[in-house]
Amino acid sequence: MHALKHMTLVDFKLYLREPISTFFTLAFPALLVLLFGAIYGNKPTDLFGGYGSMDISMPGYTALILATVGLLSIPINMTSNREMGVLRRLKITPLRPLVFISADLTTNMVVTLLGMLGVVLLGWLIYRVRFEGQVIPLVLGVIYSSLAMFSVGYLIASLAPTARAAQVIGMVLLYPMMFLSGAGMPLEILPASLQRVSAFLPLTYVVRLLRGLWFGKPASELWVPILVLGVIMVVCGFLAARLFRLE
Amino acid sequence: MQPVIQVENLQKSYGSLKAVDNVSFEVYPGEIFGMVGPNGAGKTTTIEIIEGLRKADFGTVHVLGMDPVEDSDQLAERVGVQLQQSALPPRLRAAEAVELFSSFYQHQADGNKLLDLLGLADKRNTPFAKLSGGQKQRLFIVLALLNQPELVFFDELTTGLDPQARRSMWELVQGIRQQGVTVFLTTHFMEEAERLCDRVLILDHGCLVALDTPAALVSSLGVEKRLVFTLPEDQELPSLEGLPTVSRVERSGPRVVVYGQGARFASSVVLALEDAGVDLLDLRTEQATLEDVFLQLTGREMRE
Repeated sequence: MHALKHMTLVDFKLYLREPISTFFTLAFPALLVLLFGAIYGNKPTDLFGGYGSMDISMPGYTALILATVGLLSIPINMTSNREMGVLRRLKITPLRPLVFISADLTTNMVVTLLGMLGVVLLGWLIYRVRFEGQVIPLVLGVIYSSLAMFSVGYLIASLAPTARAAQVIGMVLLYPMMFLSGAGMPLEILPASLQRVSAFLPLTYVVRLLRGLWFGKPASELWVPILVLGVIMVVCGFLAARLFRLE
Repeated sequence: MQPVIQVENLQKSYGSLKAVDNVSFEVYPGEIFGMVGPNGAGKTTTIEIIEGLRKADFGTVHVLGMDPVEDSDQLAERVGVQLQQSALPPRLRAAEAVELFSSFYQHQADGNKLLDLLGLADKRNTPFAKLSGGQKQRLFIVLALLNQPELVFFDELTTGLDPQARRSMWELVQGIRQQGVTVFLTTHFMEEAERLCDRVLILDHGCLVALDTPAALVSSLGVEKRLVFTLPEDQELPSLEGLPTVSRVERSGPRVVVYGQGARFASSVVLALEDAGVDLLDLRTEQATLEDVFLQLTGREMRE
């Protein structure tokens, strides 16, 4: 417990000192709110079922944050720590890999929630975005989705031989999903053919789940995304647990 | 005496390369045990197998009576390690690293005291990346000592340090031993092994070629001692060959090298020179070193 507390605290401090990761998790999503808000505004339209562009972008940007953390921050951080020899130094201490991962996971979860809070606050301050769900189910949904995306990240970290490789894998996975899952831009504005592609992208299910919770849908109507994300979480999490080494 | 480290018939290959070839030895409590050899001799492979970071192909290793791989958790509490290659997160500050690593152990030394002892008191808030090579090395020593270990491993401790830093590192290692800690180190500096170690294991191409105290290794060579001096231009060299300790004399210009053996070699030569009224402008004795031992045993120079 002692080690977990210290490790988490240190991870969080290191995160705050890393300008690139703070930019991508905190500043970049906020910039998206400002940019797309300036372009599209938040007028209710029929395209979005009577909601404004910013209303429906809140869960999308949240999905974007947790995907960036899961697919880029986690694998790049972990593999560069391995490359530098940080993990080797930790391996020869009594610190258990599970404690190490738990600290990393906790930090990234807090970071994700902070990023989400920033986006939502900004959306509310500028556009008075509408939130029709409940806070606790929404936060639980964000944590659940994060666990699914993070487990993909830990699997990449376990497989990628170098930080460079981890970065490439993460980007190849993230970039198509940014545009085709409804995270970076609403699916409704894409042609039907591209919308069909989205069904194969894991992040699409994060967006569906979070959008549903944001607008107050009960969990029973969201069982498809919950199931898909659960399968991703269990499969990737299991493989990562088998393959991850402190070395 | 129960050995701290017991290595029997250790073997490790990488492909067709035999990195460690049937090496056996024991390390006893309270000694500074050095493993020396040129780069690529298999030192790091051997020490990392003993530390539990690599698995041997064949042979047994016991550290404090335990298996380094199977009992790694228990050993991690009782052993301190400085790795040849490792790092901390670039933005982690020295004092934070000490606090973090302390939290991993049940037995904890006073981390602040250790930082002071290693001259890092004013570097507490310096990020790891901003520390010099020597400072990083000292920080890793602090981390290796945090759990009040019974045994510490230093792998190429002084590589990359300037001669002065190297000397202060030697003092430090001796200080650690005085606390009753057993020290196992590797080095490719023969001088370091000779000055610092109680016993030295010479490794070459993965094979153990010698294991003894530095003094015994040197005297086992049976190499002659040398006495070197400069003869003033207007003075004559007396005949030294008649002395029982002297085997031969070589001259090149004013420089004279006298070869011989025995405990009274140097004093008898100096006495003879004084009797002859020779003014000695300079005089030094030269003895065989571990470098010579290595040369004789392997037929190659140790230096890279």
